[in-house]
Amino acid sequence: MERTDKIYGLAALFDSPDKIIHATESVVKEGYKSFDVHTPYPVHGMDNAMKLKPSTLGYITLVFGLSGAAFILLFMYWTMSVNYPMIIGGKPYFALPAFIPVTFEVTVLLATLSTVIGMIAFYFKFPVNAYPLNETNYMKAVSNDKYGVFIKSDDPKFDESKIRVFLTSLGGTNLELVYDLKKVTYDPFSPRFISVLVGVIIVVSGGTYVSLNKAMYLPPFNWMEYQFRGNPQSSSDFFSDGRVNRMPVKGSVARGFIPYEFTGVTLPENPLPNPLPVDEKVLQLGKRKYLTFCSPCHGDYGDGDSRMRGQFPNPPSLHTEKLKTWADGLIYHVIVNGQNVMPSYAHQTTAEERWAMVHYVRALQLAKNASEGDIDRFNKEFSANGK
Amino acid sequence: MENKSMEFVQKPLPESVLKTGIILLIAGVVIGVIGLLLDFDRMIFSYLIAFVFVTTVSLGALFMVSLEYITNAIWSVPIRRIMEFLASALPIIMVLSVPILLSMHSLFHWTHTEAVANDPFLSGKEPYLNTTFFIIRVIVVFAVWSLYYFMVTGNSRKQDLTKDQKLSHRNLVFSAAFIPLFAITISIFAVDFLMSLEPHWFSTIFGIYVFSGTVLAGLASVTIIIVMMMEKGYAHPALRNDHLFSLGALLFGFVNFWAYIAFSQYMLIWYANLPEETFWFLARWEGYWVVISLLLIIVHFIVPYIVLLPQPAKMDPKRLKFISIWILVAHLLDIYWLAMPQMHSDKSGFYAIFEIGFPIAAVGLMIVVFAMNYKKFNIIPVGDPKLQRGINFRI
Ligand code: HEC
Repeated sequence: MERTDKIYGLAALFDSPDKIIHATESVVKEGYKSFDVHTPYPVHGMDNAMKLKPSTLGYITLVFGLSGAAFILLFMYWTMSVNYPMIIGGKPYFALPAFIPVTFEVTVLLATLSTVIGMIAFYFKFPVNAYPLNETNYMKAVSNDKYGVFIKSDDPKFDESKIRVFLTSLGGTNLELVYDLKKVTYDPFSPRFISVLVGVIIVVSGGTYVSLNKAMYLPPFNWMEYQFRGNPQSSSDFFSDGRVNRMPVKGSVARGFIPYEFTGVTLPENPLPNPLPVDEKVLQLGKRKYLTFCSPCHGDYGDGDSRMRGQFPNPPSLHTEKLKTWADGLIYHVIVNGQNVMPSYAHQTTAEERWAMVHYVRALQLAKNASEGDIDRFNKEFSANGK
Repeated sequence: MENKSMEFVQKPLPESVLKTGIILLIAGVVIGVIGLLLDFDRMIFSYLIAFVFVTTVSLGALFMVSLEYITNAIWSVPIRRIMEFLASALPIIMVLSVPILLSMHSLFHWTHTEAVANDPFLSGKEPYLNTTFFIIRVIVVFAVWSLYYFMVTGNSRKQDLTKDQKLSHRNLVFSAAFIPLFAITISIFAVDFLMSLEPHWFSTIFGIYVFSGTVLAGLASVTIIIVMMMEKGYAHPALRNDHLFSLGALLFGFVNFWAYIAFSQYMLIWYANLPEETFWFLARWEGYWVVISLLLIIVHFIVPYIVLLPQPAKMDPKRLKFISIWILVAHLLDIYWLAMPQMHSDKSGFYAIFEIGFPIAAVGLMIVVFAMNYKKFNIIPVGDPKLQRGINFRI
């Protein structure tokens, strides 16, 4: 390392932890502000002797820890309850207890990472890694078995000869004048740096790949696979019928899939009544499902004028006299069973969604054929509801 | 290093301490006994809670003694006697288990022979859960603790006179042997006195749950005492807030540990959703119990967590004293929450006010035990080879 002839500071060595504490206290008492102490291991009582203020690093930890917790909770809420609501294990969409381990991990992760990175960036001034004390006899000694005090030249009271006398009087030995370093910058594109970087990347990612994708599947890490258990849809010698899966009890009905009694009938004589009330929620649901499943053929407003016209037996309008007088249950019936070339939508939709679509078809019909009176009535109800 | 330990002369505690202890003890017992006469079924549970409470305070202190020896800790040497004084209650507490052993029929459902005979689960557990074996376990468990207590404190007191360094090593060996025994005995204690109140329920983490509360109880009690001694000038004059730091940090750590274990127990049961496990939590979710359950999270975790989080709080005597008292109350609430939902009494709920009695008596008992010990023994282990370093300990 090349050095300038500018003095960086003066260092002295001490023999024992007691002496270094005493020396530090004296340096503080003498009024020096810009100094540092180096010991081979943490010496108890040093913070106090140096009159160090509590580190501000904790605030970085706190802020990032809290942000981590908030971020991951919101993220899980958004993915699991809003964007793609999914029920896992019969728990609610927002299953807080299940999210807590993840929240804890992310909190700790962000808190620790930010602490380390914050320390390196703010306190060690990364990416600068030059430190004038490196490669001095002083540094060799204090990283081995000596304790050292170092007074920097930017201290207002810095006076080399005085400090020499002062440190010696405290019992300091091996006084060493340290000169500043010449500023050196490195080229980030130097072939040597790039090749080391590439080497590190290959080793780290290769090691990660092998350990996570190969080694993890070798014994003993895969012992969990050999359990007394059956995989779904496979055979079993435990049950007499030779399969792992148990058949549902006869007559079982899946939740939300109450069988439709007129399946396969052309048109029922006593169609079911619509069980849903007409309210905003139901109409919104009906609209969403109608636009998804019906509009590609029957058109956005049920006029039968979709882009399917001409490519397919023309889908009929839903505003014919026949449909206007049809019972709700018949439209429902067509959705469940299909009719001629129109396929059944029983598997894509739930009963509730189908009834909601029927209401929506009715709403479309009403909208198409509204009279002056209807509009007046609507306006009146609208203002009465206050919405 | 300057030698400060020799300047220390143990000041006698004022008589008022012992008197306060005795008054609390008598008042608590009187209230408790009146309660027992009025509503035995309820108050015997209250007795059990206070019994578990003092046991955990004492045992937590004893555990810290063993911890000091096996980790060769230095900071805690000057305050180790406080832990030893608290632990000295264990042989007394063993005697206090007699009322429980006499009224097992009112406490433990599994002592009802007809019920056990008609219940395949309970008859399956009978080889463990039966009265004789229970009493044997109580004796063995308390004997192990008392034995360790007598061996370790005996050596330590001998050391006060002889300054024999070998005794420290002998205590280290005892402590190393004690730790695994402690793990087993505290699990037995937890299962017997708390988990078996609902004999159908089982949780493999329960022993650790009670352990976390136990350590907290011991730590909090020691912290209260040392802070008060420092405030009133009874502690060694060279003790500094630095000595409190480890107590604060351990309190903080174990507050987290308790929450971690409590949550682990809850989450696994909640997730697996097996009726043979969930019913225990459901019982604590019913009626007003839900308030206590949620309160426990706030009182036992969130408040101490926030109070102890800043570094200065871990060595500030005022905050430490406050939060230690708080944690002891929280610990009592925790035991209450574990035991009380299992109580069945057809008497008026009004008698619940007598439940204040036994916990007061428990506090009184610990004060009396401490004051008596303080009279008899050195409050500083003057012969301990690590004492000087302990006194000079600074962060
Ligand atoms: C693949 C295109 C297609 C889709 C999608 C479709 N339909 Fe149809 N729909 C038809 C055709 C074609 C007919 C005429 C069938 C026939 O020949 O009887 C029809 C007939 C009907 C009828 C009976 C009309 C009548 O006059 O007999 C109703 C009611 C109906 N559809 C409602 C719906 C509803 C509600 C949806 C949304 C779930 C839907 N359709 C989705 C193509 C479609």
